[in-house]
Formats: sequence, C-alpha cells, structure tokens
Amino acid sequence: MAEVEETLKRIQSHKGVVGLIVVNAEGIPIRTTLDNSTTVQYAGLLHQLSMKARSTVRDIDPQNDLTFLRIRSKKHEIMVAPDREYLLIVIQNPSE
Amino acid sequence: MHFVDEVLPGAGVDSLWRKSQELCCESKSSQTAAVSVEEAALQVCCTTDTGTQTDQNKFEAPDFQLGASLHCPGLEKFLHGVEGLVIRELNKNWKSHAFEGFEVNWSEQNRTVSCVYSLQYPEALERNLQVTGVSWNSTGSVVACSYGRFDGGDWSIEKSFVCTWNLNRRGLNPQYPDVVLDVPSSVMCLAFHPSQPSLLAGGLYSGEVLVWDTSRTDDALISRTGMTTDSHMDAVYQVNWLSNFSRSHYFQILSVSTDGKILVWQLEGEEHLTLVNGYALIAQQIPRNTKVNKHSRGDAALGVTSLSISKFDPSLFIVGMEGGHVLKCSASVEKAALSKDPCSVLLKAPAQFTYFPHGGPVHCVDCSPFHRNLFLSVGTDGQTHLYSMLQAKPLFSLQLSHKYLFSVRWSPVRPLLFAATSGEGEVLLFDLGKSSQLPAVSIQQNPEQRPVYCLEFNKKQTHLLAAGDASGMVKIWQLSSEFTEEGPREMRHLEQLASEVTD
Repeated sequence: MAEVEETLKRIQSHKGVVGLIVVNAEGIPIRTTLDNSTTVQYAGLLHQLSMKARSTVRDIDPQNDLTFLRIRSKKHEIMVAPDREYLLIVIQNPSE
Repeated sequence: MHFVDEVLPGAGVDSLWRKSQELCCESKSSQTAAVSVEEAALQVCCTTDTGTQTDQNKFEAPDFQLGASLHCPGLEKFLHGVEGLVIRELNKNWKSHAFEGFEVNWSEQNRTVSCVYSLQYPEALERNLQVTGVSWNSTGSVVACSYGRFDGGDWSIEKSFVCTWNLNRRGLNPQYPDVVLDVPSSVMCLAFHPSQPSLLAGGLYSGEVLVWDTSRTDDALISRTGMTTDSHMDAVYQVNWLSNFSRSHYFQILSVSTDGKILVWQLEGEEHLTLVNGYALIAQQIPRNTKVNKHSRGDAALGVTSLSISKFDPSLFIVGMEGGHVLKCSASVEKAALSKDPCSVLLKAPAQFTYFPHGGPVHCVDCSPFHRNLFLSVGTDGQTHLYSMLQAKPLFSLQLSHKYLFSVRWSPVRPLLFAATSGEGEVLLFDLGKSSQLPAVSIQQNPEQRPVYCLEFNKKQTHLLAAGDASGMVKIWQLSSEFTEEGPREMRHLEQLASEVTD
C-alpha cells in the first residue's frame, strides 16, 4: 500500500495541483486529498461524465476507446485518467 | 278488660306566627366596601451562558486514508500505469499558453436593436387614439400604455383607455391587452407604483388623477381626485409616485399640470384621493437669474409640463415649463405662493433657480440616476440640453430633430446612455461615451413617421425599452449588448462631463 501513497504524493506535489481523487468503478471515492463534500461532488459528477465520454467515443467508432479526459474551465483544468476499475481525477490550476 | 288500639284523628294546629312572618317580608341589601386588589409581580432574571470548546484535531493535509482499510486490488497497478501519463499532462498543461486570452461567449451577444413586440389595442386604433404614456410595473414584466390625444386641444369628453400587457405571459396576444380600463376622458400620462406591481396612477386631460388596482377583476378603479376646487384646472401632464420620502409618503402621488400647480395626493382606503401638499409656480416668484426672462404678467400661473425628482435628494426636483423654462425646485420650502386659486392646502412657491431656457415648451426632463447634478431636458425646439444643476447654461445642447422632441430618459444601467423620442417617429439612443454629436442608434418606430410621444426603459429587464407613438402602437425594443453593459471608466467620464464649466 505504501507505493500507492507514494505515487499519489508524487502527483500531488506537481505544480498547480489542487487535489486528486481516486474513484472506483461504482463512482465511490476511495482516496482523496480534498474535503469530504467536494470529493463526493467531484467523484459523482466526473464518474458520470467519464462514462458518457467513453460511450460517446465508442459509439462513434466501436474499435476506439477513451484514454484520457481533460476539461478546461475558467478556474481549473480537470484531468481524468480512466481505467477498467478506477478513475484518477486530478484538478490543476492553469499556468499564471 | 279488653284493650284496643285506638287511632284518633290528629288535630293540626297551623302556626299563625309563621304565616304572619311570611306576609311581612322585607328585602334589604347591604354592601361591603369594594375589595381592594393589588397586583405585584416579581421576576428574577438570572441567566448564564457558558461555552467550552476543545481544540480541533490538527487536520492531516494529504489524507489518503479514506477507506484505506478497504482492500483495493489492482489500485497499485492502475496508479503505476497512469502516473506517467498524468504527470506528463500536468507538466504540459503548466507550461502551455494555449488558452491565454481565450474567452467563451456562452450568452449570445445581441448586436442589433430589434423589435420584440408591437402592442396595440384595435378599438383604440379605430378611434385614432394616440399612445400618450407608457410605464413598466415594479416586476418589469407588465407594460401599461395610456391612450389619449396630444393634438386635439379642445376639452374632449371622448372615451379613452388604459391597457396593460404581461410580456411573460404564455400566449401573449399583441393585439389584445390583458387588462383594458375604460376612462371617461383622454389619459395624458400614467405611472406604475415603484413597488406595488398592480397599482397604476393616471392623469387625465380633464385634470383628474385616477388610481387603479389592475389585480381587481370587478372594478379596477380604486381612487380618484374627483372634480373639486382642489383638483387641477387643466390637463395633467405627469404623475409620479412618491415612494422614497419616508414611510408615511408611501402612497402619495405627485401630479403636474399646465394650470401651474404641482399637487401631492394621499391615497387612502377611501374613494377619494386627498390633497396633502401643493406647489404653484407664479411668474413673479420665479428667480430671475437669467436675462432671458420676460414674463408678461406677474401673477400669471406658469404651466408645468414635466417633472423629475432627483435620485439623490428626494426633496429636490426639476420642472420643465410650457414657456420653455427649466427650474430647480425644492419640496421643503415654506414660502407661500401668490396663487389666487382656491385651495384647501397652502400652496408653496418651490422655485429656487432658473436655467437657460428652451426655445419652446419643454416636454420632458429627467435626472441622471448616476450623477446627482446632471439632468436632461427636451422640448419642441428639437433640442436636448444636458445641464448641471449648479450652472444655468447647459453643458451642451444638441439639435436632434427638425421637429419636436417629446421624451427623454437616462438608461438605468449605463451612466452615459440616454434615449429620446422625436416627432419624426424616431427613438434615438445617445451614447455620450462614443459621440456627443450624433446618436449611436436611431430606430424608426413607425414607417409613417408619426411622432413618438413616450418611452420608458425597463429597470428590471434592462435590455427592454418601450416606446409609444401617435399611431396607437407600443413597441417593445430589445437593446443590443452595447447598450446594456456598462463599459469601463463610464462613471469617470460622467464625472468629467458634470464638472465642466460653461460660463
């Protein structure tokens, strides 16, 4: 388990990173660096969005699949790395 | 010997004494002194408040322990797999300048001024009635218009109307108003209450002031001044609700008329509006600080055609006169007016200062909602004057029309914007930030070039502007974004304008 925490700390220590969340296949957060309510909100909404994005990609071309999702907003950039079992959500402030 | 029980009949002896006592009974009464009661109360007031708090546990910053006890198979493998990708993207993103200065326009920018509704009442069109006034209610969803005549100078007893449309209503019919109020005489002006969405005041050509409650279905007319010695002798050209004086003035109406009087009416629960205050403008009591002041008779009443209350000092108002004069007046004066008309209240002489006049009757004045000293006036000479209250000469005057100008209003959202309506059927939007000579936009209200008499900005839905014209049509214009969004440094520009010295 120590290696999991090590990896998360390495990502967290990157420039501009506000927080990160690991979500399981059911959309339940299992690791987070954010407070409880923010985590629940991000996990639920981004899990849904990632599933929608994935089905969109696969509907367009059944041979294709979603590998990474980036959302640019006024305040943040949200990155989602999907997988069969987990989602890694990283929230970053854009460069100044 | 034989003994037998013998029953003897008893002898009754009636009591004579009781009878005699019963016969003579007397009733007597007695009374004790009133019981004196005293009340005493005792209360002990003794409360204590105590609070304790323990120190919060220090929050562990990177808390990865959520559900750490759960066994997550494959999490390590997953993180190992995505770490490189995520870190690469994080680095790329941190260095990227791809989105710098990129703005998304989610809401559509209106580039043109367009007409959203053309409202009319067919019965009024048949009689060739003109729209003399428009007003938005306090919620900004209902527009009312009054029908009457500006051109007919006689004492008409022609029936007229006040109509309202709710623009947010589903199934709005521009040809048929939601409410039609029948009025016995030509309506010259109207005004919705600033906070009560259904209260509407109107002034008639006959000099009466009426108040309607449009939420009533049976008889909407709730109050009227009647034709008494107190009411106006001439057409009422403007009505205003006084709402910001104080609570007691909550339901007061101010009316101005060409008989030279400005009257304040109190709305009470009864049928009649009662006169509570009044002002009269008499020629010899007008301050003569400008040279161009030649009045023929000293005691002549001067007709008032328009009035605007300062948005910063509610006791200060500007009036526009039939004779072309523009006066600054104070509501808190005590000097009595030399009026000969009988009146139940003492009429006061409010004039304080005379400004450089217009070349003809002043049709409209409006105080700026953003600057305490600025106000605009328009008149039949086709000119718009921008005045500072502190200087007699206008800061600038513009010839906007070869015919008359009827109405002028400052924008409620943009300090440098105002709108005026002309006798050539135009609604002119003027942006002082762009050009002080030419209107930013000139909208043709009707193809026949009939005069546009009135306009009103919507204070709640600021992109809407209502204008009514001589053809009996009320048009609701949707303003483009440049007229609804305050630009940078507008207030500073307005301050500069106001501080210019003209003399």
